[in-house]
Amino acid sequence: MTSLFTILFDGVAYGMLLFVLACGLAVTLGLMNFVNLAHGAFAMAGGYICAVLVNNSGWPFFAALPLAFVGSGAIGVVLERTLYRHLYARSHLDQVLFSIGLVFMSIAAVDYTMGSSRVFIKLPAALEGQFDVFGVGIGRYRLMIIVICGLLTVALQLILARTRFGSRLRAAVDDPRAAIGLGINVPQVFAFTFAFGCGLAGLGGALSAEILGLDPYFPLKFMIYFLIVVTVGGSSSITGPFLASLLLGIGDVAGKYYVPKMGPFVIYTIMIVILIWRPNGLFGRTAAR
Amino acid sequence: MSTLPDVSTHVVAGARWRAGEIAFWIVVAACGFLFPSRYLIMTEIVRLALFALSLDLILGYAGIVSLGHAAFFGVGAYSAGLLALHGIISEPVVALVVAGLAAMVLGFFTSFLVIRGVDLTRLMVTLGIALLLEALAERFSDITGGTDGLQGIEMQPILGRFAFDIFGQTGFYYSLIVLFLLFVLARRIVHSPFGLSLRAIRNNPLRAAAIGIPVNRRLVAIYTVSAFYAGVAGALFTQTTALASLDVFSFERSADLMLMLVIGGTGYLYGGLIGAVVFKMLQELFSTITPQYWLFWIGLVLVVIVLVGRARIHRWALWLPNLIIRQFTGRRAVVMVPESDPS
Repeated sequence: MTSLFTILFDGVAYGMLLFVLACGLAVTLGLMNFVNLAHGAFAMAGGYICAVLVNNSGWPFFAALPLAFVGSGAIGVVLERTLYRHLYARSHLDQVLFSIGLVFMSIAAVDYTMGSSRVFIKLPAALEGQFDVFGVGIGRYRLMIIVICGLLTVALQLILARTRFGSRLRAAVDDPRAAIGLGINVPQVFAFTFAFGCGLAGLGGALSAEILGLDPYFPLKFMIYFLIVVTVGGSSSITGPFLASLLLGIGDVAGKYYVPKMGPFVIYTIMIVILIWRPNGLFGRTAAR
Repeated sequence: MSTLPDVSTHVVAGARWRAGEIAFWIVVAACGFLFPSRYLIMTEIVRLALFALSLDLILGYAGIVSLGHAAFFGVGAYSAGLLALHGIISEPVVALVVAGLAAMVLGFFTSFLVIRGVDLTRLMVTLGIALLLEALAERFSDITGGTDGLQGIEMQPILGRFAFDIFGQTGFYYSLIVLFLLFVLARRIVHSPFGLSLRAIRNNPLRAAAIGIPVNRRLVAIYTVSAFYAGVAGALFTQTTALASLDVFSFERSADLMLMLVIGGTGYLYGGLIGAVVFKMLQELFSTITPQYWLFWIGLVLVVIVLVGRARIHRWALWLPNLIIRQFTGRRAVVMVPESDPS
């Protein structure tokens, strides 16, 4: 029974992490309809920024996290302005090829500068170990992830639903032409959203170094997970990707615990079945975009 | 009814073998005599070309974007490996066909999943199927040999007469003949009325359905054929290298394949062949400059190709040959930029 709760807890932490990693992609892929397979590269950038700051420059872990966010966001905005924006109107094939190219380049570049082995980030002592709540082992680090990611999710939901920027973004996504007509600077909104999503991915990458492992092949290894979150979650709101991440996180942890030999088999099967059953995602809008 | 003869003359005229094509194949065959010390790498190019040809059939002619074409390559590779390893079918040509048929069966059943939904769903489903097969191959490591791969494959002589030699001469001519036969078949397919209907579907599925083309059945058919081609390419891989390991299913293989086809251009069959040659030469070049980091340059090539625009690059590449041909014959070039890219 206790193991069940531990699995649930770890699964939720894993799922929350996946959500922070992938919610930027939910906007670019789900809302702007841009197939960005290179999303993981931004997460990797954040992870490495954090690792360098903490391990080499001796920054405290919690000071390095915002820097990971800002750093990845900055890389995101530069790439968006210089490269990505030329490809919004292109075919999916072009977008796929372009982003695969970026992934390959990021892998080789990180391999060249940082080495090919796995990188660990030195954690403060307060985050290590676990404590018991009614006999259930709760890892401190995972608890922190749940808290941070939970707060972020609430903040994101509020920004999207309550602020002026949120309504601009929703308008720009629903009908870019009408939004331009209303005086909304659509390219700017997209650029800002893209950068914010990259920043979140960078933060997620920094947080996930401990759990998912950080090495140059990170963008390829977890690409499919990000895509699953977005396609299964659908694109109507951020609630869909959020629930999909939790489902994926719990499913993956439970699958590894109960049927370790089947590995990722369970996840892929579920994904294919869901996509066949509801091509627009579990929580997607019914009309095809 | 009066348009029918026009259509058939158009199709027949399009299907005629041109001088440039015949010259292309003569040059390819001559390579075997010109570079006798390079059989191994040329065999690899031929194999990649066949693999790229199979992707061209669905991407260039039917507009299906697949990120998991390595699935069929892998099934073909493992089928050929297992058939040879356990001595079930020891004759390579028969084993080749059987391995292709195995991939074809998989292609037929997965095609129903692929034709549903839009581009994005297709990407995910094809990618998912390849990953699923990789996970399966890893899971049943007692059959597939797991990460070590199938070991100790011994190939019997082809048709009982031509034994595989250490320099790869037999392997090269064997692969080349297979490629040529399958190419002629593919050429026949795409120039048939069936192939024309595929192009109609690629350009506009709705309109194609409206003029009475059974869209889904055509897509299932071409996807199945393409899976057969990929399976044969995989089987050639196993037979000429006596090796099959988990990386036959890898994502990088599918991505490299896309790159090859994009370099060569989609929708005129030779794109995959030319792309395979260019890709392999680029790979050799980059790995002599920076052995460890050639992935970076491959990625850069992809990004540049997309940013410059595929159609524009092909126009540049064809500028000189077209100029020469125009000087000599006074008419337009044989190889042209394919009409429109799939979107």
